[in-house]
Amino acid sequence: MTNLGNPGATGNSVFPTTTEGFSAMGVTTLTPGAPAPGSRPAQVSTNNGSRWSNGWVKLGLGMILPALILLAWQLSTAAGLFSPVQLPSPRAVFEAGTELISRNELFSHVAISTQRVLLGFLAGAALGVSLGALVGLSKIAEVLLGPTIGALRAVPSLAWVPLLILWMKIGEDSKVTLIVIGAFFPVFTTVSLALRHVDKNLVEAARAFGLQGLKLLTTVQLPAVVPAIFSGLRLALAQAWLFLVAAELIASSMGLGFLLTDSQNNGRTDRLLLAIVLLAVLGKATDALLGLAEKWAVRRWS
Amino acid sequence: MSALLSRTVSTDSAAPPTAVSDPQGTAAMPVSFEALGRSFSSKAGTHTVLRDVSFDIQAGEIVALLGPSGCGKSTLLRAVAGLDAPSTGTVSIDGTAVSGIDSRCAVAFQEPRLLPWKSIASNVAVGVPSGADAARRRHVVKNLLELVGLSKFAGHRPREISGGMAQRASLARALARNPAVLLLDEPFGALDALTRITMQDLLLDVHAAEPTTVLLVTHDVDEALQLADRIILLGSDGTDTPGCTIVRTVNVPGPRPRDRASSELAGLRSSLLASLGVDGH
Ligand SMILES: Nc1ncnc2c1ncn2[C@@H]1O[C@H](COP(=O)(O)OP(=O)(O)OP(=O)(O)O)[C@@H](O)[C@H]1O
Ligand SMILES: [Mg+2]
Repeated sequence: MTNLGNPGATGNSVFPTTTEGFSAMGVTTLTPGAPAPGSRPAQVSTNNGSRWSNGWVKLGLGMILPALILLAWQLSTAAGLFSPVQLPSPRAVFEAGTELISRNELFSHVAISTQRVLLGFLAGAALGVSLGALVGLSKIAEVLLGPTIGALRAVPSLAWVPLLILWMKIGEDSKVTLIVIGAFFPVFTTVSLALRHVDKNLVEAARAFGLQGLKLLTTVQLPAVVPAIFSGLRLALAQAWLFLVAAELIASSMGLGFLLTDSQNNGRTDRLLLAIVLLAVLGKATDALLGLAEKWAVRRWS
Repeated sequence: MSALLSRTVSTDSAAPPTAVSDPQGTAAMPVSFEALGRSFSSKAGTHTVLRDVSFDIQAGEIVALLGPSGCGKSTLLRAVAGLDAPSTGTVSIDGTAVSGIDSRCAVAFQEPRLLPWKSIASNVAVGVPSGADAARRRHVVKNLLELVGLSKFAGHRPREISGGMAQRASLARALARNPAVLLLDEPFGALDALTRITMQDLLLDVHAAEPTTVLLVTHDVDEALQLADRIILLGSDGTDTPGCTIVRTVNVPGPRPRDRASSELAGLRSSLLASLGVDGH
C-alpha cells in the first residue's frame, strides 16, 4: 500500500504539513493559515496602510517560497531521486490535471467540494453567530448551554462520522453536517467571548436611548465585535476545508477527498499531489476572499 | 428636540429663538427624590456614596448639581434615568417611581459615548424616539446638528472630531429625544471657554423654546449661576456618617439670561466656592 505520509526526505513541505493537519483534526487545528501550507507569507496582513502596489509587492514576495519549492521538486524528480510512485514530477501532476479536465472529472470534483464547504461554512457560521450571541449576552443561556456546547466541542471531529453516516446515510447531508460542526465552533467561541467584553458604557448609553433586544444587538453589540467575528469566520473556513477532506476521505464518490483516496488506492501519486495542490489553492483563495471582506468590514465598523 | 431653533453656534443673534412647535412634544415633568441613598458593596465592605437625598424639581425647572469629584453626582443622575437602582429611597418622575430605564429621560453622559462606527448624524439619530418616520428623523438630526454647530461634520466618525465636538454631538443626541426630563452630566466640560458660553446660551434658548425639566451636573460655579433656577450642593455634611448628601440649596435670583458680571451673582459665587472648600478671593 502506498502510504500517505512523507515519502522522501527533501524539500516537500506540502506532504507532512497536510497529513499533520489530518491527524490533528478535531483536536486543535485552529491555526489561521491551515488550508494553505507553504503559502503563508502571501497572506496579506490586515495592515490598512497597504496600497495596490504594496499589495502586489507582497503577493510577489509571497510567491517566492512556492516557486522555490516547485523548483526543488522539479530538480529532485529530474535527477531521479524518487521513483514516480514516490514523487512524480510537476509536469506529471500537471498532465494528470489536464487529463482529468479532458475527461470532465476535475471540475466536478472541485465543484462538489467547494459547494460542500460553502454550504457547511455558511450554515455553521450563521449558527455560530446566533448561538454565540445568545451565550455571550445571556447569563441564563450561558449557564444552561455552556457546559453542553463545551463538551460537544471536546468530541474529536472524526468521532461524528460514523454516527452521521448512520443517521443520514452516505449522502450530501452527512458531509455538509460534519462541515457545519467544524465551522460552528470557532465562530461560536470567538463571538461569545468577544460579546462579553463590549464597552459597557456604549451598551448602557444605547439602552438609555431605548435600544433593546435584537435592535441593541445589531446596532451596538455585533458591530462592536466585527473584528472578532471575522477572525472566527477565518478559522471556521479553515476548519471547513479540513472537515471536508475528513468527510470525503471516509465516504464519498466525488470531491477532492475522494480523489485523494481513490488515487491512493490506484497508486496514482500524480493525482494525489494534484488534489493536495488544489486543496491548498482553493483554501488559500477562499481565505483571501474572506480576508478582503474582513478588511472592508473592519474599516466599516471601527 | 422638536423645537428646532434657527440659531447656530456661529451666529450670535439676540433674536428670540424661533421654535417649530411640535404637537407630539413631551411636556416637562416634575422630579422628586425621597430619602435617596446609594451604597456599593464590595469584598472590602460597603461604600456609601449618597444618603438622605430629598428634594423636588418642578416641571420645567433647571437645577444644577454641584459637588466635589466622587460625591455621587453621576450616580444621582443615573438613578433618575433608571440606569441604576438606589439602595434606599425612590426617585419619581411625574409622580411615578422610576424603575428600570425610563423613556421620559434623556441623558448626555459625562463621556460622549458615541458609537465609533456610526457617523455623527447617525449617532444623533439614535436619540430620536423610535416612533418617528425616516423623513422626520432626518429633519430633526439636520436641525440639531446645525444647532450645535456640527453640520459640516455630519458624515464624520466620532474619532475624526475633537472631544468638545463629540460632547456637542452627545448633547444633540439627548436633545433629539425631546425628553420630559433632560439629564446633563457635565455636558460642557470639554469645551473651550468661548464655545462653552455659546453652548450655555444655546441650552437656554432650547429651554426657552421647549421648557423641559433639566438636571445639570457641573463643576463650574459660574455655569451653574448662569443656567440654573436652583443650585444643589452635594457634599459631606461634617458628621461621621459616611456618604454625601445635600449640604446647601441656593435659589439663583434674576431671570435668564443673566449678566455674567452682576455683583449679586459675584457674591453668590464666592459663597458657593467657599461651601465647596475653595477660597473665593
Ligand atoms: N458601579 C459602581 N460600583 C462601585 N462603586 C461605584 C460605582 N459607580 C460609582 N461608584 C462610586 O461612587 C462614587 C461616586 O461616583 P460618581 O461617578 O457618582 O461621582 P461624581 O460625583 O459624578 O464624580 P465626578 O465629578 O468625578 O464625575 C465613587 O466613589 C465611585 O467609586
Ligand atoms: Mg460624574
